[in-house]
Amino acid sequence: MSETTYTPESGDVEALEFHVTEDHHPETGTLLGFWLYLMSDCLIFACLFATYGVLGRSYAGGPTGAELFDLPLVAINTSFLLLSSITYGFAMLETQRKRVGATIGWLAVTGLLGVAFLGLELYEFAHLLNEGAGPQRSAFLTSFFALVGTHGLHVLFGIIWLVVLVVQLRKHGLIVENQRRLFCLSMFWHFLDVVWIGVFTFVYLMGVLP
Amino acid sequence: MLEQLDLTQLIFGRLSWDAIPLHEPVIVATFVVVAIGGVALLGALTYYRVWGYLWKEWFTSIDHKKIGIMYMVLGLVMLLRGFADAIMMRIQQAWAFGDATGYLPPDHYDQIFTAHGVIMIFFVAMPLITGIMNYIIPLQIGARDVAFPFLNNFSFWMTASGAALVMASLFIGEFAKTGWLAYPPLSGIMESPGVGVDYYLWALQIAGVGTLLSGINLLVTIVKMRAPGMNLMKMPVFTWTSLCTNVLIVAAFPVLTAVLGMLLLDRYLGTAFFTNDLGGNVMMYINLIWIWGHPEVYILILPAFGIFSEVVSTYSGKRLFGYASMVYATVVITVLSYMVWLHHFFTMGSGASVNSFFGITTMIISIPTGAKIFNWLFTMYRGRIRFEVPMLWTIGFIITFVIGGMTGVLLAVPPADFVLHNSLFLVAHFHNVIIGGVLFGLFAGITYWYPKAFGYKLDPFWGKMSFWFWTIGFYFAFMPLYVLGLMGVTRRMSQFEEDAAMQFWFQVAAFGAFLIALGILFFIVQLVVSHRRRDQLRDTTGDPWDGRTLEWATSSPPPQYNFAFTPRVHDLDAWWQMKQHKYRRPEQGFKAIHMPKNTAAGIILAGISTVLGFALVWHMWLLAGVSFAALLAVAIGHTFNYDRDYHIPAEEVERVEAERTRMLASHV
Repeated sequence: MSETTYTPESGDVEALEFHVTEDHHPETGTLLGFWLYLMSDCLIFACLFATYGVLGRSYAGGPTGAELFDLPLVAINTSFLLLSSITYGFAMLETQRKRVGATIGWLAVTGLLGVAFLGLELYEFAHLLNEGAGPQRSAFLTSFFALVGTHGLHVLFGIIWLVVLVVQLRKHGLIVENQRRLFCLSMFWHFLDVVWIGVFTFVYLMGVLP
Repeated sequence: MLEQLDLTQLIFGRLSWDAIPLHEPVIVATFVVVAIGGVALLGALTYYRVWGYLWKEWFTSIDHKKIGIMYMVLGLVMLLRGFADAIMMRIQQAWAFGDATGYLPPDHYDQIFTAHGVIMIFFVAMPLITGIMNYIIPLQIGARDVAFPFLNNFSFWMTASGAALVMASLFIGEFAKTGWLAYPPLSGIMESPGVGVDYYLWALQIAGVGTLLSGINLLVTIVKMRAPGMNLMKMPVFTWTSLCTNVLIVAAFPVLTAVLGMLLLDRYLGTAFFTNDLGGNVMMYINLIWIWGHPEVYILILPAFGIFSEVVSTYSGKRLFGYASMVYATVVITVLSYMVWLHHFFTMGSGASVNSFFGITTMIISIPTGAKIFNWLFTMYRGRIRFEVPMLWTIGFIITFVIGGMTGVLLAVPPADFVLHNSLFLVAHFHNVIIGGVLFGLFAGITYWYPKAFGYKLDPFWGKMSFWFWTIGFYFAFMPLYVLGLMGVTRRMSQFEEDAAMQFWFQVAAFGAFLIALGILFFIVQLVVSHRRRDQLRDTTGDPWDGRTLEWATSSPPPQYNFAFTPRVHDLDAWWQMKQHKYRRPEQGFKAIHMPKNTAAGIILAGISTVLGFALVWHMWLLAGVSFAALLAVAIGHTFNYDRDYHIPAEEVERVEAERTRMLASHV
């Protein structure tokens, strides 16, 4: 032992307890952990947005956003996705009322809206490819397809997750684990919505400006 | 006929017998040695029937302590590979002057320096740092495991999977010849059509998943699972620096994933992110990769700073000097690390004002770092210092790191950087801080916590031998590179014109590398000797160094559940305070302990990822599709397993704790 100048900070030395005798369960960190994952995913989108910001006007003599984008179509698509966020919210409300059937119902509506969104997006992509405006055409189209495509892939995985979760809900009902998963998917789904608002604004609306 | 050809291509992609580098005698010899060694190892494991044990107790384990040790083993094995690359380069450069062309063709040499950098950063430094954090953090904060035990196992195996792909590239095909950051357009499909860059990209993408998840995991562990009473300013410094490191991991690695993903798209789909034509912009890559790359060096050094803080206060027998300033310095470094990335490419045309901004922010980082150095010195001042091996590493670090830090400030001056950019001066600088900082820190940490993990101390004689050979070897190996850099020698050269004055310094550097080789050898000798002398070196108390933080409150090695009762914390040096208060550990009243179950999902998912990565590298589309589907199926299947935990019965806890009571009694 060395000579240290240790002085107990609290007055009553004997009263200090150095262990917990009852069962100690730290609170679960899943929601924080999932939130951190979402923020890291957000950074991937940030990089894609930044890249679009740098390359988005490098047309290389090819078509511009103003020539390519079909705003009414994208507006319909946007409304699908925004609506799906609301229906997911309804599913969560039903979860709190402990109604499994209604929860699954709203999840199904959410999933269908997601599928509709993806369908329209694929239609748009196919249309662009047909016009010879694929991702290889110019740096603008490269960064466009990368950003919008990455978002679309996220929606696809969200739908797969949703389907899996519906199966698990039917199997086990609204047990704690499933409620936690519903909440995580909820954050994921709304996150994709927020990202899409960025895409709609910065890519489509500002893209058609001269 | 044509159909048959297509089928072969669908299955094998571009893989053929030509991919085996039989024309490179150096590689063939390596392969023979590795093959013999590998067969011998596998044979021995089979002979002693330890496969079942390894699978049940280690590979599928979700115990943070075992995963930590597996990370350390991975890091140390990869250190041997990375160092083999280093010494090959040193020999080549000391030899290839004038008519002598050395023994490595440029094509092979370029792969070696790339592999050396990639392996040392991603598969040596990162696993070793993550391993120590994994092992120590839950113990230091009085927790029973990390927040997500299964993810922890999965993260480890993903890192191992990336390492396996890099190793495979040595014998099947080639590795990247681009330097460790694979700048385009050199790494683009036009200039690097081979599989090397693809190996690089897929290995890092797969390992990156592991790193990111482990960062999230440890972050949540520190935020949510601290023992009651341990508020943020009562956290041990190592936990603090780990917290900051994991914040950096979560905030930096996605950028790497994104930028490597873009390069993958350029290479696989022919997009135009970083091409010279079609409006692509190469500087986008350079900026993004350094926005990850600079925080990465702090990801590596901050936990090392934490280790030195623990070591200094323990072996000086004093509370750490300036704890609060240490915490603030760490946080300031964390924030500043995002504001300096451009200093890696001052010469690439950003203009004077931008360069000045990044030059100044870079110099500012030396202020919190300097504060830390003074804190360590003041902790030692008037302490009763015990010169155990970890303390030697720490003192070696303080001296070496200050030199490296000062050459860093030199490089931060843009006009000086225009002279020194990409020269051996730079190479000397970053080895000076990474070896003198990160590696010395890791050796200090390994020696310091080894008795905690294995129940016996490391043999001090061989530890000191390793320390002195490493340190002296370091100075011989890298001081000449400063001189050569000032002489104007650029990095990554495999051959030189006749120049005796220059060759001399390269020979000194090669001599230094051999001293380091002995340092590594003596470290291995130390492990072996200590294992053989483990009865004399046994730690029965759980507290062999008269430590100060909670990891020393439990037995060595700790039981599976770490603490039979969760500790309650009142002071920064929690265990020290417990000892001052003559704390008596409870010997009865144990309760059943709730713990997570082992699972094979992690190793299976990572195994499939390795296959997927390999298939993508070689354009084996069929295999890639099948393995991707398998990956998805196993991942979804795993979520259907709701039965993930169990209770260690109270009698079992009582038995383990009684054993500990006997151990403690035998000591006195």
